[in-house]
Amino acid sequence: MSLQRRQLLKTGTAALASGLAAPYIANAAAAEPIKVGSLLDLSGPIGTSGQPMFDAIQLAVGEVNAAGGLLGRPLQLINYNTQSTIQLYSQYAQQLALRDRVAVVHGGITSASREAIRPTFDRYRILYFYNVLYEGGVCDRDTFCTGTTPAQTVNKLVPYALKNWGKKVYILAADYNYGQITAKWMAKYAREGGGTVQAVEFFPLDVTSFSATISKIQEAKPDVILSALVGSNHTAFYRQWAAAGMKSKIPIASTTFGLVNELATINPSESNGIVTSYGYYQELKTPKSVAFVDAIHKKFGADVPYISELAAATYEGFYLWVAGVKQANSVDRVAVTKALETGLSFDGPSGKVTIDHATHHVIRNAYLGKADNKTWDVIASYPDQPPSDTAAVCNLIKAPNTNKQYVIDVKA
Amino acid sequence: MALTALIGFNVLSSIAALILLSIGLGVIFGMMKIINLAHGEFLMLGAYATVLSTNAGLNLFVAMLVVAPVFVGLVGLIVERGIIRFLYGRMIDTMLATWGLSLGLVGIITTIFGTTVKGVAAPLGGFSIGPYQTSTYSLFMIAMAIIVVAGIWAMLRFTRFGLIVRATMQNPAMAAALGVSPPRIYMATFVLGAALTGLAGGVLVPVSGVSPTMGAAYIARAFITVIGGGAAMVTGSSLAATLFGFIDQVVTFKTTPVFGQVALLISAVIMIRVLPQGITGRFFRRSL
Repeated sequence: MSLQRRQLLKTGTAALASGLAAPYIANAAAAEPIKVGSLLDLSGPIGTSGQPMFDAIQLAVGEVNAAGGLLGRPLQLINYNTQSTIQLYSQYAQQLALRDRVAVVHGGITSASREAIRPTFDRYRILYFYNVLYEGGVCDRDTFCTGTTPAQTVNKLVPYALKNWGKKVYILAADYNYGQITAKWMAKYAREGGGTVQAVEFFPLDVTSFSATISKIQEAKPDVILSALVGSNHTAFYRQWAAAGMKSKIPIASTTFGLVNELATINPSESNGIVTSYGYYQELKTPKSVAFVDAIHKKFGADVPYISELAAATYEGFYLWVAGVKQANSVDRVAVTKALETGLSFDGPSGKVTIDHATHHVIRNAYLGKADNKTWDVIASYPDQPPSDTAAVCNLIKAPNTNKQYVIDVKA
Repeated sequence: MALTALIGFNVLSSIAALILLSIGLGVIFGMMKIINLAHGEFLMLGAYATVLSTNAGLNLFVAMLVVAPVFVGLVGLIVERGIIRFLYGRMIDTMLATWGLSLGLVGIITTIFGTTVKGVAAPLGGFSIGPYQTSTYSLFMIAMAIIVVAGIWAMLRFTRFGLIVRATMQNPAMAAALGVSPPRIYMATFVLGAALTGLAGGVLVPVSGVSPTMGAAYIARAFITVIGGGAAMVTGSSLAATLFGFIDQVVTFKTTPVFGQVALLISAVIMIRVLPQGITGRFFRRSL
């Protein structure tokens, strides 16, 4: 065997380098922070949704650091404000993956933003948590979805409305994927509950005048209005509905109302009596919930906007990741995923939240709330609801390499 | 029968909203040929002025009928003195300047008040047409639209100021030769247009969601109405608003809001093709 010059150089340099680097790595490892990525809209139209989520993740990171960090290392939160722009999501996702080399990313708000960044994190092997309620169906072993899906909330809201108000429903929804899919779920659950769907109407996000629709509703005389209206223009519906004197005549149940501070800004005469269903309300009086709300108020001031499921799910999603890291004793993506798949859970503000191995969604509590003088009166709770909608199409135990969002075929 | 009456009432209130929305733009664009792309943001400022002063304890009607137009009129004065007066006769440049202004105003309001939706509940309650309920506030909007149109028409037709304004818009050089100062008339007209827009913003508050970006939902319809109306600003805008409001409401009622919007845009395209100078370019040419 003849020692080649080139080989000698290679081996020599490597040996030298590792010899030099080893003590440096050993020293640094103790203090080197674990980087946690966050992508949230803090300005633009979706900024109002992103701000409470950012508060929640800052709170959680601060708590973990105050308790001595994770695996003996401090956490470093790296957040990019995506400014309600999808291009910035793609750009910052690459930055987090390639330049910052984060251990995990929590973020994304709209379904469009999630689908823009999920492939990036798949490609660069970064663990990704999406902590927002959405239409369901994401089936991806590198992704965990910790918000509620229609089977957990719409499936409670519609039966409540049918039982208490009547069987004839009229559905109003925003004209994009969330509204379209949610309207299908509403229709499905209404029919399953023995109700009839009189009409389904979709509204582009820039519609501001609802007078024609209000006339049509009066002509149809439904017992219940189901609303999945979205955005500031659509709040005009609740105004015009109340202005026409209809509020006391036909009750409204909504999957979107009040998620982003609407109660604080709309007059009680327009909002009282509207029923919604979410995974969390800040009015919950459990010790964990009270502590969570107090902690946010203490850290960010008592005048922060309403603390909804968005903030609670972000907080819980983050702590689920922490639990996974602790159990795996590593921040390695595969190790943490395997640890989480054992069915780890966290007792958060909304109650017990447990990872479901088959779907990478969570089993969590759902609640019904009724608007009452600018607060939500929690009128019912449904413990440990499984994500049965996604479970109908997704099984990551059998097919761990799945990587897509199923459009769940809702048989109405 | 009652249903027909209800739809008729909805059509009227839709027309009234369109007239209020577009009349300020009609004054600024129709008379002065300034393409004010910040029109939607003037509306938004009027709405914010109304919401904030109502929340501060002022009577809602005082807020929308006095505070909103006065405040936006003052903003219009600053804008005219600071930006627009250097750009008369340069249509493309005014577009650029007012576009920048609109982005700036949205940014400022977002920074100060955030993006949360604000609003005030509609006053006056509802009344019934047969078995159907509708809003008394819509009646107020219809009345406001009539008062505003009649007021502007009377001002242009019967007052000395109206005569001078019309003369200046038709031939500024001749008006100047007769002792009128066109820059001052331009300033007054711009402020008037801004104040009317602020008034519209205030009146819309109880039936809309007030947010920094709300202007975007209205500006296209305002421009379509004013351009569809043509040179005679008052008559033209009113006629165009009547046509478009009718089409929008009836199609929306018969089909869906999506088709309502589509029908409005298609009818606008057809009308501009058939009547490139707007309605008053062909009919009622001698009106105001």
